[in-house]
Amino acid sequence: MTVFILRRLLQSAGVLLATSVIVFLGVYAIGNPADILIAADATQLERQSAIVALGLDRPLIEQYWIFLSNALRGDFGRSFVFNQPAISLILARLPATLELALVALIIALVVGIPLGLVSGLKPNTLVDETIMTGSILGFSLPNFWQGMMLIMIFSVWLGWLPAGGRGDTAQVLGITTSLLSWDGLTHLILPATNLALFNLALVIRLTRTGVREIMPLDFIKFARAKGLTERRIVLVHVLKNIMIPVVTVVGMEFGSIIAFAVVTETIFSWPGIGKLLIDSIMLLDRPVVVSYLLVVVFMFVIINLLVDIAYSLLDPRIRLRDTQ
Amino acid sequence: MMSTGSKWHRSTDTTLGRALDGILTSPKATVGAILTLFLVLTAIFGPWLAPQNPYDLGAIDFFDARLPPMSPSMNGSIYLLGTDGQGRDMLSAMIYGLRTSIAVGLLSGVVALVVGTALGMVAAYVGGRVDALIMRLVDLMLGLPAILVALMLLAMLGQGVWKVIFALVLVQWAQFARAVRAAALVERNKEYVEAAVSLGLSRPRILFGHMLPNCLPPIIVVGTLQVASAISAEATLSFLGIGLPITEPSLGLLIANGYKVLLSGQYWISVYPGLLLLILVFSINVVGDRLREVFNPRFLGR
Repeated sequence: MTVFILRRLLQSAGVLLATSVIVFLGVYAIGNPADILIAADATQLERQSAIVALGLDRPLIEQYWIFLSNALRGDFGRSFVFNQPAISLILARLPATLELALVALIIALVVGIPLGLVSGLKPNTLVDETIMTGSILGFSLPNFWQGMMLIMIFSVWLGWLPAGGRGDTAQVLGITTSLLSWDGLTHLILPATNLALFNLALVIRLTRTGVREIMPLDFIKFARAKGLTERRIVLVHVLKNIMIPVVTVVGMEFGSIIAFAVVTETIFSWPGIGKLLIDSIMLLDRPVVVSYLLVVVFMFVIINLLVDIAYSLLDPRIRLRDTQ
Repeated sequence: MMSTGSKWHRSTDTTLGRALDGILTSPKATVGAILTLFLVLTAIFGPWLAPQNPYDLGAIDFFDARLPPMSPSMNGSIYLLGTDGQGRDMLSAMIYGLRTSIAVGLLSGVVALVVGTALGMVAAYVGGRVDALIMRLVDLMLGLPAILVALMLLAMLGQGVWKVIFALVLVQWAQFARAVRAAALVERNKEYVEAAVSLGLSRPRILFGHMLPNCLPPIIVVGTLQVASAISAEATLSFLGIGLPITEPSLGLLIANGYKVLLSGQYWISVYPGLLLLILVFSINVVGDRLREVFNPRFLGR
């Protein structure tokens, strides 16, 4: 197990290094870094001193080294708009996004797995057809439009839920959360539903495919022969085995949930990193854009690592194969 | 399949015949295919079908702005789906938006298909370092969410039709490459390839003349689904304000215009273009889903 984790850690570090090179090349080599990193309204003198301070007059390799060592210390430059370190802006808004993404993921799993089970256990019936068509609909609904429709129906017409913002938040262990107050929860429902829908459709499909692959296998026949109830077979034996693909894909998808939070946060004015990203792109606040990218990729790498570890815990064959 | 008659029976010998047969034997997919075809034809003949040219300043009347559906216009005709903030007929704006959306989705899908297929075939046939390099790139691209890559790219490049197409191609080619490589690896070890090699045919000819036709099923499936996701992605990027410029309004931009007035109850400006986008993407996805069922070897014999 230790060998396995160490090996994965090394791979993760490799991916991070590769990403840093790509981001560096994107900002420093393709574009003109002076334009990207120095505010457009800077005077010629400010510009010159900034170029020297950022080391832009030095060779590319040396610049990369400066970029990397600054990034390692968490220094991604200062926001032009807020005049604060870019990284602290990101970190201040990160909990809101993580909260939203986590709730969306839970909705997707809690609703998606049962629907997928029903669909997979009764293939080619009316129920199955309905659920599967529903999941194609879930894939096809443009995320932003679906969010607008939620606002239109539940906020404008019915007036049940607020259309945007985060509502009352509470502090727990230094983390601000909307989960602990009624007002916060009502603000969370619509954006979380909006963000969950795509992955809900995905979880339904994964579960259904898994069930259909597992049901004809010998160990299920054996369990039946042993006299286990159908209920126990499904809830224990089948469920355990479909968790492997579900955990992997959903773990990977957590990254894209965070990416899609950009859309959800824009529609529902949710004060997370996604909204910050779009605002920063509009205001040409490049240091914030660059640090968003690096922070999010860093998170992806960590998530992938955790998924791999979870995967190997669920399926010992993978761990064994890898350490041999 | 027998029930479809001998006419279709013969056509199932070819890949396209099997695809067509698969669609026609599923009522759902048939409806999807007809809807898709209808929307594509509407897009092609849009300028002749639309009640007005929404981008001809002489044809629109600012006094007609934000009229609800079925309102009469200043000159007596009826705005079936209402008008937008500039007094444009929504139906006409939607037909023009559909043109842009389909064109961008299809073009980026086709370019990604060509690039991805070529790289996938080469990776499978050449193997070794070339294969490893291409597949590492594929892993990297598929590991990052497509929408995020496109977002960052456009944030750096700025708006523009060709920039959007470039970004969509960049996030899509890897899907094709992976699927084609998997299919080509299976084909490579078959006897007909061996025969072609011993006949002394050139590599490009073996790859693209002999192996490619046998790798068509996954290309068709991935291609269909990717066009749907490209249309959806373009709409999302345009909605966020970093996709197509205001001079090329796609369905996504129309929806974005309606977003600002949604809270004041003028629902039609964003609801109808969104419905059209949904029907378009849903129809293509239903067809793609059926094709995947038809061509997926895992479903054979079940």
